[in-house]
Amino acid sequence: MMHKAGRAWVFGDNVDTDQLAPGIYIKLPIDEISKHCLEAIAPEFAGSVSRGDFVVAGENFGMGSSREQAAEALLDLGISAIIAQSFGGIFYRNALNFGLIPLICADVSKIGDGDQICIDPEAGEIRNLTKDETYACEAMPEHLLQIARAGGLLPYLENRLG
Amino acid sequence: MGQTLAEKIIARAAGCDKVGPGDIVTCAVDLAMMHDSGGPRRVKPLLEKLGVKVWDREKIVVVSDHFVPAFDLQSAEILNLTREWVAEQGIPNFYDMQGICHVVLPERGHLKPGMFVAGGDSHSPTGGAFGCFMFGVGATDMAGILATGETWIKVPETIRIDWSGEIPRGVCAKDIMLTLCATLGLGGGDYQVVEYSGEVISSLGMQERMTLCNMAAELGAQTGLIAADQTTAAYVEKVTGEKPDCQSWQGDLDATYRDIFSFDANDLEPQVAPPHSPANAADVGEHVGTGINQAYIGACTGAKLTDLKMAAEVLKNRRIASNIRLLVAPASVREMTQATQDGTLGILLEAGALLMPSGCGACASYGAGVLGDGDVCIASTSRNFQGRMGSKSSRVYLGSPYTVAAAAIAGEIRDPREFLEGFGS
Repeated sequence: MMHKAGRAWVFGDNVDTDQLAPGIYIKLPIDEISKHCLEAIAPEFAGSVSRGDFVVAGENFGMGSSREQAAEALLDLGISAIIAQSFGGIFYRNALNFGLIPLICADVSKIGDGDQICIDPEAGEIRNLTKDETYACEAMPEHLLQIARAGGLLPYLENRLG
Repeated sequence: MGQTLAEKIIARAAGCDKVGPGDIVTCAVDLAMMHDSGGPRRVKPLLEKLGVKVWDREKIVVVSDHFVPAFDLQSAEILNLTREWVAEQGIPNFYDMQGICHVVLPERGHLKPGMFVAGGDSHSPTGGAFGCFMFGVGATDMAGILATGETWIKVPETIRIDWSGEIPRGVCAKDIMLTLCATLGLGGGDYQVVEYSGEVISSLGMQERMTLCNMAAELGAQTGLIAADQTTAAYVEKVTGEKPDCQSWQGDLDATYRDIFSFDANDLEPQVAPPHSPANAADVGEHVGTGINQAYIGACTGAKLTDLKMAAEVLKNRRIASNIRLLVAPASVREMTQATQDGTLGILLEAGALLMPSGCGACASYGAGVLGDGDVCIASTSRNFQGRMGSKSSRVYLGSPYTVAAAAIAGEIRDPREFLEGFGS
């Protein structure tokens, strides 16, 4: 099922967790951390992002620390999915655990900053409404789709343990 | 077809005869390690939501190392919450301000070859030096592990990295890792396993091996691994009092590797990685003369006893430059005690070093030693991402403890071999 359309915020390769959730703010609640999300490389991002927008990035997005506030900050800002060429492995798990869908797509360079896009994680598809193009994503394994469908690891475990 | 060491450990933890790369399997966790930042303060509300207690208190280790000692009310509250939660759950293995988790874990005998270990920190691959499959997870994954004793894993391939030759004097494991970051890139590990082997690795002590596995994180690997040998066995026996089984935990000769990279250590130069990436590493010669105002020997990567000794070799009978500060945060209280007993710490202090608490501290701006606007630091840590040590406009160079010590003396980046006995003048 297609998600609602939103704006693409495009970043480069190797966006790290210190940029997503700077250590200097890590003791603070998530709504304070998220105000500083990506401020080192995109100072306007946290203040202008809207609920339902998407982060689009190159290789190794979320590399570095295991601090899950890196993914949680994006969720707090209303990002509904991250589309990247590849992810830092721990970040990928953290995002999924929050129900923030991480999609791997080889065609991210075709998405421009500000393009309106929407995604269908189950079909592994991204629609670029601005350019009227469709891109394929790597299929998510069934086990991970189950976590995504539940809305994250905690609700998934609640169902399982409940 | 044979199996890699990683596949053997994962298969055992998953209760299968065999696993293959790409399989998604559920593994029983032998040990779960967490610290004060990603641990109790994050997992407590999640476990309460699930309405469960921890699955096995004996298999959990908690280390307070990030916000130590408390420096404001928030950090004091986090440390108190950690203590209260550990007491409430009845967890026997709690190390409160005893050092950095990745160093405390092996020194207190919690790791042995063949274990499947989840750590709530990205430098958890350090445990791979002991022949464990140890990888980093975030707090929600950790909560899932604490609730069920299990976690899923996509079986990784193994990238073998062989080092032949002999490491020259003044060069060390840190230089090997910076070279690998520059050669393979920060995504080069592709969340697979990096297994180090070859005559150089065999010749290294456990602490240098820990540096190699620690920085597998910077290669983007899920973990680093070194198959156990006599050096591993001797260490594990010393700290646990038991001879470990090393024979079962070796990769098969006919195992399949994604890649095998071969390097020669004979010509390796001291490395320096300029801002803002470890992958920017180059021979120290390219950065000689770069002025610094802080030098930091700290963190899980660069402040073990072996690292402190390297710095002492350079700093012996010398003083640091008058316009810089040298901060030294030994990686654990035990390491600090040993460094006191063997004279290493005295050399550092006489040279003008400022002794900091054993903890993660300045490496990720979690404690004292934060950089201000425009500060330039050289550090024995693993990451120099923009803003990691403080101000967005600060700049961090990475180097070995030798190279950091040399820069502290000169007030600028220099080749540390200038300051070692037996080199030139």
